[in-house]
Amino acid sequence: MLTTTQTIAWLNNFADKIETNKAYLNDLDTPIGDGDHGSNMVRGLTAVKATLADKSDADLTTVFKAAALALISKVGGAAGPLYGTAFLEMAKASKNGDADLDPLLTAALAGLKKRGGAVAGDKTLIDVWTPVTAAVQADQLTPAVISEAVERTKPMVAKKGRASYLGDRSIGHLDPGAVSSGYLFTALLETVAQS
Amino acid sequence: MKKILNDPKDVVSEMVDGLVRAYPQYLMQLPDTTAMVRSDQASMVGKVGLVSGGGSGHEPSHAGFVGKGMLSAAVAGQVFTSPTPDQIYAAIKAVDQGKGVFLIIKNYSGDVMNFDMAKDMAELDDIDVKSVVVDDDIAVEDSLYTQGRRGVAGTVLMHKVLGAAADQGASLDELDRLAHAVLPQIKTIAVALSAATVPEVGKPGFELADDEIEYGVGIHSEPGYRREKIKPSKALVAELLGKLDESGHLDSQHQYAVLVNGMGATPLMEQYVFSHDLLDALAEKGIKPAFMKVGNYMTSIEMAGISLTLFDLTDAKWLDYLNYPVETIAW
Repeated sequence: MLTTTQTIAWLNNFADKIETNKAYLNDLDTPIGDGDHGSNMVRGLTAVKATLADKSDADLTTVFKAAALALISKVGGAAGPLYGTAFLEMAKASKNGDADLDPLLTAALAGLKKRGGAVAGDKTLIDVWTPVTAAVQADQLTPAVISEAVERTKPMVAKKGRASYLGDRSIGHLDPGAVSSGYLFTALLETVAQS
Repeated sequence: MKKILNDPKDVVSEMVDGLVRAYPQYLMQLPDTTAMVRSDQASMVGKVGLVSGGGSGHEPSHAGFVGKGMLSAAVAGQVFTSPTPDQIYAAIKAVDQGKGVFLIIKNYSGDVMNFDMAKDMAELDDIDVKSVVVDDDIAVEDSLYTQGRRGVAGTVLMHKVLGAAADQGASLDELDRLAHAVLPQIKTIAVALSAATVPEVGKPGFELADDEIEYGVGIHSEPGYRREKIKPSKALVAELLGKLDESGHLDSQHQYAVLVNGMGATPLMEQYVFSHDLLDALAEKGIKPAFMKVGNYMTSIEMAGISLTLFDLTDAKWLDYLNYPVETIAW
């Protein structure tokens, strides 16, 4: 059961990790994108933090929806609609009474696939969300599951997004969206473990 | 990084503000957005609205083409980053006259997703929305791995044709058919001499040595298909025209519109030299363009380079649309 307090702590932790790693995410995005994934995510997560500041008494749906709208309206690019869709789907699922991570992440992953049209192996954030969601379902999410999923994007050939224009030259680079998703789930693990 | 700006974070909001205040006769900014709509509201009455947009850094695209006879609104995203759905939605609502709104999108995953979300939002308000995804860049068409060709300078010709048709009262369905008939006839290929630097990033998107060029680059420093030493203008024309010929088989019996587009840092002087060589090369193939434009239409911040667009005018009416008078900043 995810609570409002946990969720806000989770997203604030995610925002801090993105802020700390802004330059690193921009650097990852430079050889296979346009070098702004960190800057765009910081802009969005700063808005998420601001909107969540007065949500400590809100229900889970309100928290997810506020985060989604902040991301959709502030990030732009491909990351904005993708992360925004993920949180919007979690808002919808929580409205139907789901407060467990398993159904929430399952709904988010389905939304991500629909919005971006990517499948596992395309070198996108789906390559992190898929194994992480499976691990959550099996109650086996560990830092290693997350870091291994992120690392596995390195040898992949990008088939979606701007990196796809590089073809084989995308091999050997981590996918920036996979890395930022890794921070999301690391933040989740830390927050859930602490509470 | 040496640029004329204040805080890099404010570059888009300050640019939009400067643009609308400098050109109030053409543009109005929607409050709390970076969407710019046509000032001449009377010219939009009873017509389908045309909305385009994309990341900033491509000026004069897209706001430079807002005005009577062309776009109804343009939405500016952050630099090289698609605008967000709420901003696009605001523009759609602002220009809808009850006849529907047509969106002109460039084929990048971010643009397509954000415009799609805006379309979903507008449809909830019962606004009819249709769209075309422009994918004129032939540099990447052979790759197995892409999500398709990128949308680049040829998008401006799409704006022009649809703008003229919309101004003459074409319906949403007619514009949709026109856009999809025009789409496969517009093809573009580029060469870069140097890279662009996104202000918030502070360093160039790729590195080219002083004597190197890269063929096939996109408008956000996406890599191209080949890198080599700089060559004379004639050789650049031969390479780019050769690629377009391979892709579309130039035919002396056809009528073509030509767009020679500077990528930001390439002087018009060099663009005219390139045009001189291009017109010679086309003449050798028995082709005299029916329409031609040379200048900075779809730039990539301060990237040096040129893109060449050929538009095969398979319908004679399209030439009339290109020649149709407009009132915009940049056409």
